[in-house]
Amino acid sequence: MSSPDPRDELVEHLPAMRAFAISLTRNGATADDMVQDTVVKAWTNIDKFEQGTNMRAWLFTILRNTYYSSRRKARREVADVDGVHTDALAEKPAHDGRLQMTDFRDAFAQLSDEQREALLLVGASGFSYEDAAEMCGVAVGTIKSRTNRARQRLAELMHLDDDDRLELTDEATLSVLSASKAASF
Amino acid sequence: MTRTGPSRKRESVIDENLRRVYDEALEEGVPDRFTDLLKALKEQDQAKGTQK
Repeated sequence: MSSPDPRDELVEHLPAMRAFAISLTRNGATADDMVQDTVVKAWTNIDKFEQGTNMRAWLFTILRNTYYSSRRKARREVADVDGVHTDALAEKPAHDGRLQMTDFRDAFAQLSDEQREALLLVGASGFSYEDAAEMCGVAVGTIKSRTNRARQRLAELMHLDDDDRLELTDEATLSVLSASKAASF
Repeated sequence: MTRTGPSRKRESVIDENLRRVYDEALEEGVPDRFTDLLKALKEQDQAKGTQK
């Protein structure tokens, strides 16, 4: 036996690839097609994968590129089927937090693809801002501003700013923060 | 970037939901078509004689 074939690792990344694709597209069928294309591309281009580097990041990069090129194509074709997957998931049994999660899904669906992608990479998949920036081919600052704007938009859509959560304001923390802000000028 | 109390709370609500959406998809399991696909790709390579 020679050195391990990195292609044998592909299978371990399938659940994460699907989770990213489903969350990004909110459509199970589209997501699975994307993952399938990505697996084939990764398999046939495995020589381009640098051994020892992060395979998941490499795969997610192929996945997102697949998505954006198919989106460009789809825009020239038919109506969108957004919400189909979201509705199916919302029918799962209710428990605490489910209502909020439905609100979240609705709000999440209203973000731009780029904002959703940035949040998923950094907030859910656990990539660093630097990794995410490289995967998306943009500056680190762009990823940071996309995630910030995405969070802000979600908070607006979920009305997180105008209720009793504001009670949690910590006067001491606030004064420290404003003091340090003033000091930095 | 500095964050005030309520905005940190706001972020934790968002991140918690975000992870839940992602984890739910993660737990769905992988359809057979993907393991079948990997098997087919492997067989194709073997047929081409590229297998060591």
